[in-house]
Order: sequence, then C-alpha cells, then structure tokens
Amino acid sequence: MKTIFKSGVLAAAAVVLSAGLVAPVFARDLTVVSWGGNYQDAQRNIYFKPFSEKIGKPVLDEAWDGGIGVIQSKVKAGAPNWDAVQVEAEELALGCADGLYEKIDWDKMGGKDKFLDSAVNDCGVGAIVWSTAIAYDGDKLKEGPTSWADFWNVEKFPGKRSLRKGPKYTLEFALLADGVSKDEIYDVLGTEEGVARAFKKLDELKPNIVWWESGAQPLQFLASGEVAMTSAYNGRITGINRSEGKNFKVVFPGSIYAVDSWVVLKDAENKDAAQDFIAFASLPENQAKLPEFVAYGLPNKEAASKVPADFSKDLPTDSANMTDAIPLNVDFWIDNAETLTQRFNAWLAQ
Amino acid sequence: MSAASSRTRRSLLLLAPLLFFLIGFFVWPLFSMMSQSVSDPAVLRLLPRSAEVLADWDRNSPPTIPMQTALMKDLKAVNDDQALGDMVRRLNSARSGFRTLMGKTTSALKETANPPVDLVSIDKRWEKPEFWLAIADALSPYTDRNLLAAVDLGRNAAGDIEHLPPDQSVNGVILMRTFWIAALVTFACVCIGFPYAIIAASLDGWKRDLMLGAVLLPLWTSLLVRTAAWFILLQEQGLINDLLRAIGLIDAPLALIFNRTGVIIAMTHVLLPFMVLPIYSVLITIPKNLMPAAASLGAHPLRAFLRVLLPLSLRGVASGALLVFISAIGYYITPALIGGPSDQMISSIIAFYATGSANWGMAGALGVVLLVATLLLYSVYARLSSDEVGGR
Amino acid sequence: MAEFIRFDRITKFYGPLCVVENLDLGIGKGEFVSLLGPSGSGKTTLLMMLAGFEQPTAGEILLDGTSINAVPTYKRDMGVVFQSYALFPHMSVGDNIAFPLQMRGIGKAGIDERVKRALDMVQLSTLSDRRPSQLSGGQQQRVALARALVFEPRVVLMDEPLGALDKQLREQMQLDIRDLHRRLGLTIVFVTHDQSEALTMSDRVAVFNKGKIEQIGTPRQVYDEPATRFVAEFIGETNLVEGVVETVQGAEATVRLPSGAQIVSAVSGSIASGQSVFLSIRPERVDLSETRSEGRNVLETEVTDSVYQGDHLRVQLHNATHPLIAKLGRRSREFPPGTKVFAAFSAGDCRVIAP
Repeated sequence: MKTIFKSGVLAAAAVVLSAGLVAPVFARDLTVVSWGGNYQDAQRNIYFKPFSEKIGKPVLDEAWDGGIGVIQSKVKAGAPNWDAVQVEAEELALGCADGLYEKIDWDKMGGKDKFLDSAVNDCGVGAIVWSTAIAYDGDKLKEGPTSWADFWNVEKFPGKRSLRKGPKYTLEFALLADGVSKDEIYDVLGTEEGVARAFKKLDELKPNIVWWESGAQPLQFLASGEVAMTSAYNGRITGINRSEGKNFKVVFPGSIYAVDSWVVLKDAENKDAAQDFIAFASLPENQAKLPEFVAYGLPNKEAASKVPADFSKDLPTDSANMTDAIPLNVDFWIDNAETLTQRFNAWLAQ
Repeated sequence: MSAASSRTRRSLLLLAPLLFFLIGFFVWPLFSMMSQSVSDPAVLRLLPRSAEVLADWDRNSPPTIPMQTALMKDLKAVNDDQALGDMVRRLNSARSGFRTLMGKTTSALKETANPPVDLVSIDKRWEKPEFWLAIADALSPYTDRNLLAAVDLGRNAAGDIEHLPPDQSVNGVILMRTFWIAALVTFACVCIGFPYAIIAASLDGWKRDLMLGAVLLPLWTSLLVRTAAWFILLQEQGLINDLLRAIGLIDAPLALIFNRTGVIIAMTHVLLPFMVLPIYSVLITIPKNLMPAAASLGAHPLRAFLRVLLPLSLRGVASGALLVFISAIGYYITPALIGGPSDQMISSIIAFYATGSANWGMAGALGVVLLVATLLLYSVYARLSSDEVGGR
Repeated sequence: MAEFIRFDRITKFYGPLCVVENLDLGIGKGEFVSLLGPSGSGKTTLLMMLAGFEQPTAGEILLDGTSINAVPTYKRDMGVVFQSYALFPHMSVGDNIAFPLQMRGIGKAGIDERVKRALDMVQLSTLSDRRPSQLSGGQQQRVALARALVFEPRVVLMDEPLGALDKQLREQMQLDIRDLHRRLGLTIVFVTHDQSEALTMSDRVAVFNKGKIEQIGTPRQVYDEPATRFVAEFIGETNLVEGVVETVQGAEATVRLPSGAQIVSAVSGSIASGQSVFLSIRPERVDLSETRSEGRNVLETEVTDSVYQGDHLRVQLHNATHPLIAKLGRRSREFPPGTKVFAAFSAGDCRVIAP
C-alpha cells in the first residue's frame, strides 16, 4: 500500500517536473488574498500598493470565496502559494486549532490593547467588522421593516424575501423573528427544541424565499425588484448606494456582526513579510481610509476614532448601530456547522 | 539485443509521458479519493492508549477513571497541531460539540501549575457516554460510515445498519434529483441537438461553420458571464418576459428563474455542444446518397429518416447523451445561481464537504457514489453499443 | 418503339451556371439509352431530374405521357443504381433488397420469395445475411442492382454504376447488365463517361457536351457517322484532317486537302462547296501498301513510327502537311520507319464534318 502511494507521488512529481510547472527558481512575491470585488479594489488602493512601494517589491493579490477546506488543502500540501489571507471568524478558529496558521507577532502589530477584544487572536488580527442585516429599497418601500418579525410578515410587506443559503444567520434570524430575545439566541439554538423551533419558523416563510449564495446577488435582486427585502452584507449596501445612487436601507437592529481577520498560512514562503504587511494594514492612519470606500467597521480603536462622522454612521461599529446588534457566536458554529448544514440541506430538499 | 525489443522499449518511452500523466492526474487522485472515503486513521493514530482501554468499555455506562487517564495521557502526548485538528474534525463530525470540548480540554491540560485531576473536572460534557461513544466508534483505521452516510444510511448504537432520520436524509433525495435533472437536460439536448446536427451536416461552407460556431459559443464564454446573461434574460422583468408581455402572449410574468425550468434551460444551453458535436461527427460519415437512395426505393421522407438516418446516427446520439448526462450530474454553479432551493444538485453537497467543512471522507464517499453511478451508466452504454455492432 | 420518357425543353441552372440547356430527348419503352459525355456535360444532372432528386428550372419531364415534375421521388417508381452503391450499411444484404418491397407494403412471404429471386438473379443467394461492408465491390454493386430491380420499377436509372470496379469486373458486369436488360425487357437510362461502355451496352447513345446533346443514335451511327467534331473525337480515336469542299454530289463530297490531294468522302448534314471542313478518318479503316490502289482515296505518306500493341499494329504516318495514324490487323506486314507507303481508304470510311 505504502509503496503504491509513494510511487504514485513520485510519478505525479515526475510529471509536474517534466512539465516545468514546479519549483520556480525565483522566490515568489508576497501574495495577499482577500474577498475580491470592490472591497479588494479598495484594499489594493490603501494597503497593497502603498505597502509594495514601501518595501520596493511587488505584492500579488488574489481573491477567494472562503472555506476552511481550501486553506487546509493548501497548507497540508506544503509550501502554500498564499501568504496573508483574510478569513472569517470560523475559519480563524478552526484553522488556529488545527495549526494551519502562523502565530501572530503582536509586538509588530503594536500591542493587543490597540484593538477591539474580538479582533485579537493568537493566529489572526482583525481586519474589519461587518454585519449581515436586513436591506430594502427605500425608494420602493417608504415604511420599511424594522425587525426580523417584519421580515417574516408578508401581509404587511408583500413580496419575496432573500436569505443566504445556509444555516448560519438564517437560523438566528428565524429565532429573532419568532420572538427570542437577542441575548438568548445561542442558548435556544443550542437545544434540539430550539433548532426545531427555528426550522418551524422558516417553514412559514419558505415559499417566499429566494436564496442567495454570493454577496452580489441580494443587491441584484433588490435592484431588479425580484425581492422586497433581503439579508445582505452592510458594506455592499452602502457601496451600491454611493456608486449607483441607490437608496437601499440597512436595518441594524437584529443584525449579526462578525470580525474578519488577517492570518498567515503555516510555513508560507513570505511569512515574515506577511506579518509586516498585516502590521501595515493595521496602522490607524491606513485603516482609517477604508470606510470611505466600504462601510466596514475598524478593529483598530485609534483608526475608528479617525473616521469622519459622515462615514462612521454607516459602520456596524457605530455605537447607535451596535446597540441592538448581535455578535456572531463562533464557538457555536464551529461545533454545529456540519450537523446543521446537513439538516438545513435536508430541510431545503423537502 | 534484438531490434524488436529495442523498438518496444522506444515505444514505451514515447508512451511514458501519457502514462505518467494518466497516473499522476487521473488514477492517483481517483484512488486517493476512494481511499479517503474509507480510511479513518485520524483518531486511532493519536489515541493508542485510549483505544486499548476503550476496548473493554460496555458502551453505555459513564466513563471510568482509567478511560479518562488514558485519554489525558494520549492528549498530552500530542505534539502535532494539524493531526490534532484532523482528529477533532473527525470527532465533531460524528458528535457536534467536540470542537469546543477539545479546545477547552487541550488548553487545560497544558496548565502545568495546577494540573486537572480528571477530564470531568475540565468540562462536564466528558461525563456523557455519547462523546466517548464517538471516540470508540472512530478507532478502526477503516470505516464504512462515510459511504453509508452518502446513501443516507448509518449504524445505530448496536452497530446495525439503518436509515438515517429524515432530518439528516438529504443525499438520497438530492442524488435522485441530480439524476432526474440530468435526464431532463439530456432529453432536451437530444430534442434540440439532433435536428440541429442534421441541419448543420446537410449544409456546407460558411453556413455550416456558422451553425457549429453558434453552438460552440457557450463553451467559449465564462460560466459566470453565461449564467449572468441567463439571469438578465429569464428574470421576472427580464427580456423574455418583457417580450412575451409586449406581444400580448402573457399577462403575468412567467416564473423562469429560481426554479427547475430555468435550470433546465441554462444547462441545456451549456451542454448542447456535447450533444451536437458527436451526432454531427457521425452524420458527416453517413454517405450523402443514402437518403436519395431510400427515396428512390419508395420510402416517404419520414420513413426514410426512421429506417435509415435514425439507426445510423443512433451511435452519435447515444454517445452525446452519455456525455451530456455525465457532465450534467456534476453541475452545481448553474443550479446554485439560477435554480431554486429544490434544484440543488449533489455537487453542491460535495463542495460543501470539501471546501466548507474540510470533511474529505464525506466528500470522497459522495464522489465514489457518483463515480459508481457513472460507471454503471457507461457499462449500460457499452453493452448497448456492442449489441448494435455485433447483432443483426 | 413507343415513346415512354420525354424530356421536353429541359433547362437547369445552378445559380448563374447553366448545366442543361433547352434539351429534348425521347426514350422508348424497353430501350437501353446511354447518356455519354465528359464530366460536367449535364448528363448526371439530367438523370437526377428524371429520378426526382433535382427539379428542372424550365421544361417538363413526361413519363408515359403524363408530367412527373410535381411527383416526389418516392412515388416515381424508378430504380436507381448509384456509382458508390448507396447500400444501407446497417442492414444485411437481404434487408437491403427487401427495403423497397417493405416500403410498398408487400407481405412477408411475398418479400422473402422476391428477395430470393433477386439474389439468385445476381448470383448472391448465399450472402443474404452478410453486411454490405463484408462484400467485395463487385458483390456490392450486384446487391445494389438487385435492390433497384426487385420492385420491378418502370425505369431503371444507373449513374456510372461500374466506375469503381476494375477493368475485368467492369466488362463482366457490362455483359450481365445487358443480359438482364434483354431478359427482363427493362427501360434503362445509363450515365457513363466511358465511350466503350456506352457502345457495348446501349440501344442508343446520346452524346452530351456542355449541357446539350451533340448527337443521338445507335452505337454504329455515333461511331461511324459522327455528326460533329466533338463526337468524332470523344468516341474512339480518329484522324481529323482540314480541307475545303470542292463539289457535293448527293451523299458524297470531294474535298481538297492543303497538300493538294483530293478526297471523296461521305457527308452527314448539309455541306456547301467552298466550305472549310474537317475530314474524320478512323485509323482502323486505313490500309497501307507500297503500291497505289485504284478506286479509293490515296495519300502518299512516310512511316515515322510503328508500335506493336498485341491485337493490332499502330503505325504513325506523315504526309506533306499533317500526321496520320493507322491501326493494322496483326496479320499485316511490318513497315519500318522511313518506308514510303500509300494510305488508302474508301469514301464510305471517312466523313465530312462541318467545323
């Protein structure tokens, strides 16, 4: 068995070598990976290009769609071709427990106390705080929804709804709509009865739901009038309002916010440069430029204070927006994501 | 050395790149996918002491002190984070909660100043037999659990195979749906592709090039562009609905997107070349004078088609149908973007296990199920086509 | 012979290209007519129009007195034999031959009986279960023939059916087809570009050139009495000699050659004295001797080459103004190059052709 494996690997290696695909003689440039779209365009302007000028070397950037499996397969294969990657909270927790990331040198970052608590982790440095919230077109709905109960109320607000296809957020929103208070959400969801209750609530809305999978879809649905309201990432909503003159509204009460972090992949070729890059991207003066482009909250406290009021009112971290928002419970989801996804898929398929 | 043997050696050398390519990029990944779906070494590798002790456990009483001590020893001895991660993932997949439980436990065990006496003192969950059962069931190096789960089966506490409860039984439904959608798409492709290929083969010069180019076009555009285009065409305020309403055919917009209709339309469009090209390539080998000959022998054009052109092009139709069907069962971006929730196909589930939760065992098992289904189909096709050649 | 098929002022254009021009042709019942001509002369197009694969641009095709222009191929009841056989590859030999009978709704017993007879007729009774691909070219051609004859069509059309066979097989098949024609009393229209094939098999030969019929007649007529220079040159080998008509007396004319020699020749068509014409003299009608023979046309020539060709002796001659070829029987004596000889031929063995 083992020899078969070995010869297989050897053969594969021989093929790759003979094709001249592997082992670049020159070192790979620092490669930074983020979520793509106009968010990454903004990052390129305020982080990647200035950093590249500072160190006098090119910085490559790539986009990805998330998934711990992607990170795992890259690290396990050895010599990953990415260095610094922006990940969601779950991927941070899972990957850190699995040893997929380098430990962060917090001295380089300027000390843990400079950041929000939720942005500090052994393996990652918070990059943004973002929300998933109700969004609707203010031009079409003068009296908009104010809660998830309204979202579920198709009599008062006729029209289709859109939610992200997956259990995360969806189950929380269903419980909120069913009257569970925001502090008890994860306690209720932790029980079998709570999960059943969430799915029962979803049953009510099921015929009216159009599911979305990529972050750009809910905006298209709203713009085309396909749906009356949707869940969406708050940064995208503000972005389209500014770039296309739309009047889409974000309902922050009942929204769920989470922190995305920068990590450095284990044994990456440019791991030191990657830490330098993360430090650069975490500097208050650099980070403070972000809200002008995308309305995401800033984990660096000093940076947050530098944002002009015009922009800061759209950020999830603005105190008015934060009051009735709920932090994503990462621990809950790393324990239950697989089972609940399976159950969610079974529910969808019924 | 004889000339013949040196010639053999030389031809082997010429074949070597292909051979290496096949082994490296086809046989090996396939083999590793299959072995992923049944191999289960993650837990046994790290917990050898626990394995010994757990062998004597009765599977339902609370954990004994030796069991806890053995597990603590095993966990303290782990020095490979990634191996630990594999184990935790495997256990969490069997029993939700292991992620946080193990995280808490391992960090408590690192506490050297005030070492914990037993596991229960770290977290109450260690009292529950369910967690120990999950460990005990994960100690064999090989498992059928993924393959069983791929077809909605599982083992109960007694170890007998039984159906999973309905709220976990999603694969069977989705597999059947996948085959059904693929069959519908194949049927639609035959209905459109066969006449299309006949017309294309009967033309020549730029007209033929134009027709083949038109059908190949979807292959040359990116999947996302294509899908976005369908979105623009099919939505409620889309071009097709607007046009139909403008000419007064319909009053209310037709539901063409986020349902089965949209998925079938878009997939048929994408897969049409795989139907048209095999049929076309068979048709152009059919001598041009057979249809005139049939007519001169007294055959009405329809009968001539049924008796002559159809049987002769059936081989192309069959291989086109096979190609389309096999490609269709692997689709998932198009159904995800254009379909509704009841149009999800099996690949989206595989993608979730592979990239979303890094559960390669489950992804591999579903892959094996798809592979077996495909091979079965292919053998049916091979049987049919050999009958056609061999028989009268 | 009663007229069975009539092409009435048929014209056919492919785009701007005229392939058949204002053509008239009548074919009698039970007649074997060959359409002979080089490729592109319109003979195949005419056959395709008769079969119904093509529509004439203008004119009418009559079968037994009724127009068939509007009748689709499958109702015309004509057996067609194609150059490349056009056998159905997915059917056995027997099924191929049964096909036209099935199309006519004949019962199973009747079909079996007639297929068997058709196979006997082409001597392939033992190969009924084979696929066409398992047969030789000659066998395939015979299957195609049996298939075209088995339903007793009103007319049999053959489009260069023997073109793909080797010489020996071709000659055998020519005799076989001629034999079938006689035995079954078939009306056959046969397209070929091979003049010897046309002469061997046909009752009448129509010689095609550039979409028109140059001459139609029995094989003897088109060979011995060519009406045009094209026919004289296309069928067989001939000596063409320029000259000027001096006098015309009934069916004979006196022609003066550039060398001054006077030749008396048969005439077809209208010829006036003083007209420039060609003389066509078939090489095998020329006799050579060292003495001048009386009462015949004589030219003084010199042998330039002499080639033994097995069945005949081919002698190249030269007189004052032009070359001449003679084919002599193998019993003839040899003439070494340089020999002065007299080439003699009767008035009936040469022909005056208007240019």
